[in-house]
Amino acid sequence: MKTIAVSTKINGDAVDFVCAPDESLLDVLRNRLGMTGTKEGCGTGDCGACSVTLNGRLVCSCLVLGAEAEGAEVGTVEGMAEGGTLTVLQQAFIDHAALQCGICTPGILVAAKALLDQNPDPTDEELRFWLAGNLCRCTGYDKIIRAVQSAAAQMRSA
Amino acid sequence: MALDNQPKREFKVVGTRPPRPDGVDKVTGRAQYGADVSAPGMLVAKILRSPHAHAEILSIDTSAAEALAGVKAVVTSRDFGAVGDTIIDIGEDSSPLADIRDNCLARGKVLYDGHAVAAVAAVSAEVAKAALKLIKVDYRVLPHVTDVDAAMKPGAPVVLSGRVEETVQRGKSENVTHYCEFGHGDLESGFAAADLVVERSFTTAATHQGYIEPHACLASMTADGKADLWCCTQGQYNVRSVCAEILGMEASQLRVTASEIGGGFGGKTSIFIEPVALALSRKAGRPVKLVMTRDEVFKATGPTVSTSMDVKIGMTKDGRITAASSHLRYSGGAFPNATVDMGAQAAFAAYDLKAVRTFGWNALTNRPKESAYRAPGAPQAIYAVESVIDELCQKLNLDPLEVRLKNAAKKGTRSSYGPTFDDIGLIATLEAAKAHPHLKAPLGPNQGRGISAGFWFNFGGNTCVTLNINTDGTVSVTEGNPDIGGSRASIGMMAAEELGVPFEKVRTIVADTASLGHNDITDGSRVTFAVGLATIKAARDAIQKMCRRAAAIWGIDEEAVEWVDGAARPSGPNAGQFPPLTLAEIAAVSFQTGGPIAGHHEFNADGAGVSFGVHIADVEVDPDTGATKVLRYTVFQDAGKAVHPDYVEGQMQGGAVQGIGWALNEEYIYGADGRLQNAGFLDYRIPVASDLPMIDAVILEIPNPGHPYGVRGVGETGIVPPLAALSNAVSRAAGVRLNRLPMSPPRVLEAILSKG
Repeated sequence: MKTIAVSTKINGDAVDFVCAPDESLLDVLRNRLGMTGTKEGCGTGDCGACSVTLNGRLVCSCLVLGAEAEGAEVGTVEGMAEGGTLTVLQQAFIDHAALQCGICTPGILVAAKALLDQNPDPTDEELRFWLAGNLCRCTGYDKIIRAVQSAAAQMRSA
Repeated sequence: MALDNQPKREFKVVGTRPPRPDGVDKVTGRAQYGADVSAPGMLVAKILRSPHAHAEILSIDTSAAEALAGVKAVVTSRDFGAVGDTIIDIGEDSSPLADIRDNCLARGKVLYDGHAVAAVAAVSAEVAKAALKLIKVDYRVLPHVTDVDAAMKPGAPVVLSGRVEETVQRGKSENVTHYCEFGHGDLESGFAAADLVVERSFTTAATHQGYIEPHACLASMTADGKADLWCCTQGQYNVRSVCAEILGMEASQLRVTASEIGGGFGGKTSIFIEPVALALSRKAGRPVKLVMTRDEVFKATGPTVSTSMDVKIGMTKDGRITAASSHLRYSGGAFPNATVDMGAQAAFAAYDLKAVRTFGWNALTNRPKESAYRAPGAPQAIYAVESVIDELCQKLNLDPLEVRLKNAAKKGTRSSYGPTFDDIGLIATLEAAKAHPHLKAPLGPNQGRGISAGFWFNFGGNTCVTLNINTDGTVSVTEGNPDIGGSRASIGMMAAEELGVPFEKVRTIVADTASLGHNDITDGSRVTFAVGLATIKAARDAIQKMCRRAAAIWGIDEEAVEWVDGAARPSGPNAGQFPPLTLAEIAAVSFQTGGPIAGHHEFNADGAGVSFGVHIADVEVDPDTGATKVLRYTVFQDAGKAVHPDYVEGQMQGGAVQGIGWALNEEYIYGADGRLQNAGFLDYRIPVASDLPMIDAVILEIPNPGHPYGVRGVGETGIVPPLAALSNAVSRAAGVRLNRLPMSPPRVLEAILSKG
């Protein structure tokens, strides 16, 4: 199959790759670029484990073609912490025990950050509906909601 | 090992909430799960699955697939060896090895929609997929059965022949493979003494564990028969045993490393793809990665038993249960299993009963082979029992919590399944629920409150731990159970507690099968209890050695040294006057005092201590749509001693929400063609954040007499009470008793409309 050459930015770094026309951005990230922080839970856009941002918009990378990243800016969990310093949101997930197995955590962090970027003071209900596309089977969501709200409060007062 | 209760122990580390050691890896995307590793020269594998619910395989022609450019190996059941009659013990379940093998790749017949038939390893996923289309399988389609009651009737299509155990009564279908009976006392006179007897029938749908990480592995076998296997599993030693037998290898030649695990809940105690990947790697001579799709996960892994149950309970006007019986019909899919034993034993475990009897049957159906799911077998039976108790309470105008208190099992109760209980926390848990403000909160129109008790046995099992004292005064704990709920933290905390060092000085790792002796699967809520106990004993072993080194340095008797707060000290004024030697000081000079210092312990842990929980659920039912909204939810559970309370709460909350999903939405739906209709997260709907309120978790600590800190397992009990708590709440809100799970909106609406 003919491949497509793509130039994009991932977490601020210029990245060039080639991919098949029908290859998902998720497969490009994981299989071609070795960026396995983004997870595949379903491949059909139902679980949110593969959440990334594309030009600032929250997307399921399993439903985006690699070719669509041409000229775009992609944000993944690997780009959140600066150097060795975790973001307030990442630290809040550890402090509030908001993860158990951790497979949904990268997607939930990316999704929660996307919400807080546009709404720094969400209600619990807004937060629960925003995260309704990110399945977590371990926690029952209680500690995730607490962690995001705690991070939001810290970020507002910073 | 007995509880250290003289004097009452003051904990320094246990009971605190340090950050989890795997936290940073998991919030930065660095943690490596099953599908996250690669190997040089790696091939990609795909599996061909049956489109039929039941069919004879007349022939499989793989020649065209093998001839496709880029295909490096094709395997079928012919590539697996003979395994004899070996029974593999998988913790909560045991299974003939031949069944596991034939579930990995069908032999002779396909037994359910999605049953694996052949597999391909190729240079890319695209080539592997193309090759699957070139495999020609000739099927003779057979009649199928997916419903448990239909499968038990004489004349039902027979899933597997010759598997009926001797204890099963005659006159039933050959699908009925297993029978069990538990209980004591005189049922007849018990029911005669009741003021009211209620008998009801219930069904529950099969549900899936729903872990977000699909099964994945990377297998690499070399020409000399050595192999390495990386996989997401709840038990790497079990994977080794099963794969080595199926592939005809010696266990020592197969090293299995457990990846970080993306959820299991029992579903990753089973083996589906690892022998296939190893067989492909052996044939291709290259590493092979095999990752399931979500569709495959639903069709061919997991689910719980589906059930049909009858429960009969007699009660006096003042709320005393006089007799109780149940008939449980479980189906664990296409292969024999005995999960109904656990349902039958758990059904009435919460109650102190004079007359109780439970009868259980397992029936084969054309569904995937059942896997354990959090307290396997218990939620269903207890749902039926707790529903009937609630109906009795309603009809006799009794408080459902007081009735449970009145009948609760306690120390000295002869349990409904045989053993006499030691110290148990049920009454304390019920009292905590009674005192909680939730129970007194007002309810509005169309709202209802349900309560349920729940129970799980908890397991111990084979366990092996090594604890190394490093020369810089830090500690490395090597254990062999995949960390599924924060066990690296809890094990490290118990090591720190026992040694008297800060938690930050301890690092706990999960060993591969070549680096430590056998450990049973992470199941039965056993790890914090059994591995924790082995860690404490390994620490005491290391302490004894450090005391010996200190005695040698001081030139006094070993018996004259004691270990207090992380340091060796002379045990009294007669022992001599020496300043304490800390762990770090002893470790620093260990090479001069006899060499490295390590503690070790291996055993088959006993004394796990049963666990009880009580849940309160408030719901609102929309009378126009039948939709249920969970308004408030509180979990009370006995943890014995909560080592890391955050993770105990996490188990309680996670289990409760899985149970809420089971009660309200989740089900395997089969069409008339015997094919699964909803093999994806869109149509198999697990709870999402917007479905739920906060889940309040109240931890009770009634020490387990079988553990020095009093620890009980907490992982499983939490999924047991939600089914009946929700059903009782919905029944009270809707004004009509519900008796089928899930209580999806159409079913609730039908029940509302049928009451007239």
